Amino acid sequence: MNMLQENNWLLSVGTFLPMVGVVLMMLMPKAKDQSVKLVALVTSIATLAVGIYTAFKFDFDQAEKMQFVANEKWISVIKSSYLIGIDGISLPLYLLSMVITLLVVIYSLDHVPSPGKPKAFFSLLLVLQTGMAGTFIAQDLILFFVFFELVLLPMFFMIGVWGGEQRQYASIKFFLYTMFGSALMLVAFLALFFKTGAESFSIPYLIENGGSIGKNLQVWIFAGMFVGFAVKVPMFPFHTWLPDAHTQAPTQGSVILAAVLLKLGTYGFVRIALPILPSAARQWAPYIGGLAVIGIIYGALGCLAQTDMKRLIAFSSVAHMGFVMLGISTLTSFGINAAMFGMVAHGLITGMLFFVAGSVKERYHTLEISKLGGMLTQMPHLGWIFGFCTMASLGLPGLAGFWGEFPAILSAYNPGAGLNETVFRVFMVIAALGTVLAAAYLLWLYQRIAFGTPKNSEHDSHSTHDELHDVTTYEWLAWTPLLVGILVLGIVPNLLFSVFDPAVQVTLSAFGG
Amino acid sequence: MQNLSVLTAQWVAPTVDYHGLAPELVVAGGLCLVLILDLFIDDRKKWLLSVISSFTLLAAMIPVLTLALSDVQVRSMFDGRYVVDNFSLVMKGVFLLSGYVVVLLSSSHVEEGEYWRGEYWFLLLSSLLGMLMMTSSRDLVSIFVALEFLSIPAYMLAAWRKRDTKSNEAGVKYFMLGVFASAVMLYGMSLLYGVTNSTLLVDIASQVTGTGEFSAVHALAVVFVVVGFAFKVSAVPFHTWAPDTYEGAPAPVTAFLSVASKAAGFVALVVLIYTAFPLAHDIWQPFFWVLSALTMTVGNILALKQHNIVRMIAYSSISQGGFVLMPLAVAGMSGSANSALRSVVLYMIIYAATNLGVFAVILAVSRKTRSGEISSFGGLFSYAPALGVLMTLFMASLAGIPPLGGWIAKFVAFQSLLSSQSSWAYALALIGAVNSVIAFGYYGNVMREIWMRPVPDGDITQIKIPGSLSLALGITSVATLVFGIFPAIGLHFADLAEIAGALSR
Repeated sequence: MNMLQENNWLLSVGTFLPMVGVVLMMLMPKAKDQSVKLVALVTSIATLAVGIYTAFKFDFDQAEKMQFVANEKWISVIKSSYLIGIDGISLPLYLLSMVITLLVVIYSLDHVPSPGKPKAFFSLLLVLQTGMAGTFIAQDLILFFVFFELVLLPMFFMIGVWGGEQRQYASIKFFLYTMFGSALMLVAFLALFFKTGAESFSIPYLIENGGSIGKNLQVWIFAGMFVGFAVKVPMFPFHTWLPDAHTQAPTQGSVILAAVLLKLGTYGFVRIALPILPSAARQWAPYIGGLAVIGIIYGALGCLAQTDMKRLIAFSSVAHMGFVMLGISTLTSFGINAAMFGMVAHGLITGMLFFVAGSVKERYHTLEISKLGGMLTQMPHLGWIFGFCTMASLGLPGLAGFWGEFPAILSAYNPGAGLNETVFRVFMVIAALGTVLAAAYLLWLYQRIAFGTPKNSEHDSHSTHDELHDVTTYEWLAWTPLLVGILVLGIVPNLLFSVFDPAVQVTLSAFGG
Repeated sequence: MQNLSVLTAQWVAPTVDYHGLAPELVVAGGLCLVLILDLFIDDRKKWLLSVISSFTLLAAMIPVLTLALSDVQVRSMFDGRYVVDNFSLVMKGVFLLSGYVVVLLSSSHVEEGEYWRGEYWFLLLSSLLGMLMMTSSRDLVSIFVALEFLSIPAYMLAAWRKRDTKSNEAGVKYFMLGVFASAVMLYGMSLLYGVTNSTLLVDIASQVTGTGEFSAVHALAVVFVVVGFAFKVSAVPFHTWAPDTYEGAPAPVTAFLSVASKAAGFVALVVLIYTAFPLAHDIWQPFFWVLSALTMTVGNILALKQHNIVRMIAYSSISQGGFVLMPLAVAGMSGSANSALRSVVLYMIIYAATNLGVFAVILAVSRKTRSGEISSFGGLFSYAPALGVLMTLFMASLAGIPPLGGWIAKFVAFQSLLSSQSSWAYALALIGAVNSVIAFGYYGNVMREIWMRPVPDGDITQIKIPGSLSLALGITSVATLVFGIFPAIGLHFADLAEIAGALSR
């Protein structure tokens, strides 16, 4: 694989800059909350600035090549190196993680969830950022694994300390599920390493040599990776941690979880599992596709049954990630492009939905759908933003959600070589039904919350109407970029497709075109 | 009579390589100094003894370094019964440094308790001296002497709190089971001597082979000797002494037992299987497979149920021992031997750093709470954020979460195990993988107490940490982080540690 090595310091700086912020905060033992917030804000702005500079320097005409590649010695004894690089697949996700972190920081300036402790909260946010960005740039399996795991602890604490009533249960469940997946994944990585001659953990090397592993063994190694990534996505039946984690997590945690962390799993499939083990991927594809459509329908039905707004959005994530996985399982460039787009779109839209849910909770002190209503009359701006996001989420053409969902369904009509067409066309039909259900649960949700007359629940009977202020400045600051992004990507999807496509083609070359 | 005269005629004084023995001599000198000074100095000046002990251990590091840098790779003394090779030097370094941290942990504890201070330091140094000897012993007799040298002071240390029944129970239990283990091992050794006519490990290696006169006696001898050390490293089902002893003994002593004494057991095990029984791997490989699987699983499951932090750490340390044993289940296969040794050494280095750190936090917190319950850590983060974060780091390291030291130790253990590529290895790796998840159940529980639970009784008085304890916390936390982020450093030392005379395969 060709690699471009200019400016190879850029990615490391972009990834580890947040840690500088963390260290700064640690060095200010008696710091006031304001200065902690300032450090967090400056660090995340600087990080995004480095990210944008990276995008400027990125050679979009060679998006299929790894760029800014750095290859340093790290653990030579076990043949793992600090090999990082970025191509068309990872660049948008890398930037997404930086944008989301900055927006979450902005949102948190005004909304540090109870029980406070802003220093710890912002430190964890920044550590999370390093882990997420690192996962998208790692080109060595061990390095990937380290970053992949690095996000676990901060998220564990974010849910467990700043979360809702059931936070302790939810955080442990989240952690055990993901850790179980990654333990099996690690065994799979090791098996891969030894079966390719114990030469290197570098992903490009393994892509070249992974195909030579016997087919039966490939299927087993793929199984290990599958569990690791599928838990993270999450795919049915490994999804049960997600509704709990999302419901209990603070708004910021939910946003990051939905917008970036879930993508680590799907990204792992595209970057690692498929290109390294092509024949196993072909073997597994119908099962992955099957679980994906089960996830779509199951998620949708789950949504219809929810009485809690945040939990409903969480279940909708299961359905949306089902579309992403369906796209991946077709093993076509069309499907994987759609999946990549779906990842970014879902990040923006669902992230935004969780922001709205957080604001609703803050104002009404409840997320019970039955106790909400009339948002449009009380807070028109928030109501319209919420409407915009539900439309985007159900896949309205012209907004970003459409370009992830529709092509994914379409791609199942013509699955890649060697896959059973009938099976995938059945999947297509089921997935299409899923979009109907999506429209149903989202419109119903919107109707119940935004329309009608306001209800005065017993919870805030004591509170005056002044508390129901409309969207605040901090919220506008944090949300506008997401709303603009959803609209722009909906109108000009080619902005992203043109970046993904060359790299997706390279990924698929393992399947013989 | 004639025989005797022949012997006397042939007797020549062995040449002693004083440079090679220097670390042991420094420690021996230091412990004599402590013992004598203790008789003459005033009670108020007894704190001097801890200073002397710590300087003794640091001073002993100097010859270890000069030996490591000297041109002579292997120094063999007494007909190869006492060997200073890279393995022994690395392990001497580990013992001396973890001994130093234990001294730091002990000093305030010993000063504040009603203890026999002088004797405490004397026994601690004696036990460490035994460990230093263990790293170099290459003969059944010297191994046994070293083992007793390190164990007997440890029995007494465990029972240090004279008027505390729990401490007495700790000491007695440790002593009884330890002696029993020694007896089993001695029986194995006597069988070995019977069939091989030698106590020198390399001679035994040439006799205990997989071919020819391989017999039931050989098998029995090998198993008995291994079982003896399985007690020492508290492998299941020979672990029953550990939780009671760990709970009852004074906390710094527990730290010492769970790190240094355990490491000494592994040193002996590794030396034996690499130099004495390398060709008998058909016997010990399956044995280690079972031991490892049982140890990590049973240790984990029992740890889940504990309410006392030290008992939990005791079971966790049993379970961690299972991970150390894991690569030994394939250590006899060509290609896996080197990586298995590397894995064991690396695991002991990192485990020492992390576990001593855990005890440093426990000691600091119990200064305020005076309790051993896990719930006494409730809300630690809210009133002692630094201790809370450090304990979280140590717990995460023990759980094997990157980028903390423990992950690379576990990773290398898995890697070594799978390098054999046998289906047995894959089965054990899966057991290990599942266990590393279960383990988070109890490590995560401590984190949960620290971060998510309220402070018991709402008592948020600040914790005063004595200087020596802060230093110990600093050393262990930096080591835990550095080993995790720059694993090449730990691996460098682990890779150096080659046992001279081990059959190369």
